[in-house]
Amino acid sequence: MTEPLTVQPGTASDPTTIVQLLDAEGHRHHHPEYGPFAADLDADALRAMYRDMVLTRAFDTQATSLQRQGELGLWAPCLGQEGAQIGSAHALAPRDFVFPSYREHGVALVRGVDLRDLLPLFRGTRHGGWDPRAHNFHLYSIVIGSHTLHAVGYAMGVQRDGDVGTGDPERDRAVVAYFGDGATSQGDVSEALVFAASANAPVVFFVQNNHWAISVPTTVQSRVPLAQRGPGFGVPSVRVDGNDPIACYAVTRAALERARSGAGPSFVEAVTYRMGAHTTSDDPTRYRDRAEEDLWRAKDPIARLKAHLLAESLADEAFLAGVDEEADELAAAVRDHCRTLEAGPPEQLFDHVYTAPHPLVAEERAQMTEFEAGFADEEGAR
Amino acid sequence: MTATALARAINAGLRAAMERDDKVILMGEDIGPLGGVFRVTDGLHKDFGPDRVVDTPLAESGIVGTAIGLAMAGYRPVCEIQFDGFIFPAFDQITTQLAKLTYRSLGDLQMPVVIRVPFGGGIGAIEHHSESPEALFAHTPGLRIVAPATAADGFTMIQQAIASPDPVLFLEPKSRYWDKADVDLQAEVDLSETGVTTGLHAARVVRPGSHATVVGYGPTVKTLLAAAEVAAGEGTELEVIDLRSVSPIDFDAITASVQRTGRLVVAHEAPTFFGPGAEIAARVTERCFYHLEAPVLRVGGYHTPYPTAKHEESYLPNLDRVLDAVDRVLAY
Repeated sequence: MTEPLTVQPGTASDPTTIVQLLDAEGHRHHHPEYGPFAADLDADALRAMYRDMVLTRAFDTQATSLQRQGELGLWAPCLGQEGAQIGSAHALAPRDFVFPSYREHGVALVRGVDLRDLLPLFRGTRHGGWDPRAHNFHLYSIVIGSHTLHAVGYAMGVQRDGDVGTGDPERDRAVVAYFGDGATSQGDVSEALVFAASANAPVVFFVQNNHWAISVPTTVQSRVPLAQRGPGFGVPSVRVDGNDPIACYAVTRAALERARSGAGPSFVEAVTYRMGAHTTSDDPTRYRDRAEEDLWRAKDPIARLKAHLLAESLADEAFLAGVDEEADELAAAVRDHCRTLEAGPPEQLFDHVYTAPHPLVAEERAQMTEFEAGFADEEGAR
Repeated sequence: MTATALARAINAGLRAAMERDDKVILMGEDIGPLGGVFRVTDGLHKDFGPDRVVDTPLAESGIVGTAIGLAMAGYRPVCEIQFDGFIFPAFDQITTQLAKLTYRSLGDLQMPVVIRVPFGGGIGAIEHHSESPEALFAHTPGLRIVAPATAADGFTMIQQAIASPDPVLFLEPKSRYWDKADVDLQAEVDLSETGVTTGLHAARVVRPGSHATVVGYGPTVKTLLAAAEVAAGEGTELEVIDLRSVSPIDFDAITASVQRTGRLVVAHEAPTFFGPGAEIAARVTERCFYHLEAPVLRVGGYHTPYPTAKHEESYLPNLDRVLDAVDRVLAY
């Protein structure tokens, strides 16, 4: 059983407490430090967050089904983590750059990536699927924690470009690295924190503590709340209720503004829960109990924002029905698109190994082409 | 033309690249005011400042990992790993990330990152300071691996490596750092060619000969030339080829030579087993089977950890071991 989520008023200077602005029943709470960072969330903004969470869940559920039906080789579900992802991503500006792990489907949606483009990686037809620079959203990183260093390096580049601390909102930029609780045990994440602090880089480390690194609980990764890692590196840290999209928005926005202003890196631990499996390969019933899942189901981010929207008359049933309809359409489009995804000709596997010509790749491509052509002759002879 | 040591020639090449392109950033441990433990970056911190010549935290994975991010942001990082045996903490970033990002992104991202590594032995160092890990990296598609053997090549090849749109592991033979040769430090370097027949990856016949071909790269080239000199005194003309590049390998140059001489010896400091020589022997056998008068022989490190300094003379492909291999291929 993982630790219960005890909510206390959190501050950046005390990462043992947890920032919450919207409780599990959908009630807004005031927070002296972070409340102002969510003050601009009007009805439109909250409805947009709700929509993105529902679309993300519909997409994720559909992709999980597609894997079960053999259409995807693997899927990493984000079920339950929509609040952390959508809340934080809504705080990003278009010019900010995101380095995701491999289950940031909600962040991808907010960044404008066509969610269908997430499928080829999992269907086995491509390693990528989108141009990272077109959306300022890097490719998914499978090697745990590796991309946190890339994020810091990119942030060092932003810094060298002079795009921090100018005060010009059209120029200042920040970088966010998304990773999980298990990744915090990786050496690369510690090195990323060292480099970020040393360079005062404009980067936000956004940990989604979903409580399980495949089958291993967070307690095996750390004896203290993960947010306590940051201060040891000189990186201000905050713990936030990851199932509270409003609080995730507020703390991420504060961290991004800090980074863009030239004040340096921040570390956010969003305490959330992965309701599904790590990937479709594992079986959560082997490593955790139903009671724990039920505890977290009651904290569902979508249900709580929905309750808030209705209680405060920020949305009506027609809006909710419209979002559901949009989600159904997205799911259907994803299903149809998935089945059209096919790998190209085998010679394609030699594309982009290098940017400049490489004789060994050229030689082996020619060998394969000749070999494959031999089969074509046989088929033609039949 | 100026008599210049290899270390100074690389320094001049780095300087030229930094003057040419302000996106070129040097990063590594102790490369700033100290100028690197081998002084290869000497004076660059003073002239280009701490933002262009960055003393990093002591973390090899961090150096390469942040270089990847800098490359994505439009910079051309040139990382220094202090010694060959210290590259392994960065192995993951180099092989799973740096080498593959262009492939994974379907060409949307380029990784113009250079990793400079003083490599090889023969300087009486303690453990982890004398290794030749090139085979471990040559097995990884997406990387380019080169090693200059001369000061002139140090000057030109570092500039070509920095100009490469692909990641380059730039292996500097530390035992040859202070060997001097004439280098035209004002010469314009052709940065346009990354193919194998000219430019960064082209092998070079450094001494023509007709009785057997001997090939090496980096520190062994000097040994091979010494062997050729001795052999010539005994009436044997060895053709010496400096490969200059371990990935890709200029097989056209090797096969052209072997088709004339019929005999081949490959020498490198890396362990022989699964080493670059094995790849060369296999491919030359495929390409030149009917021209070979003898099996391809390899002279390399033994299947032991790099030995203590007092034993390295026995371990390295020294003059006697190369000449012994030459005698054996000629005996067929």
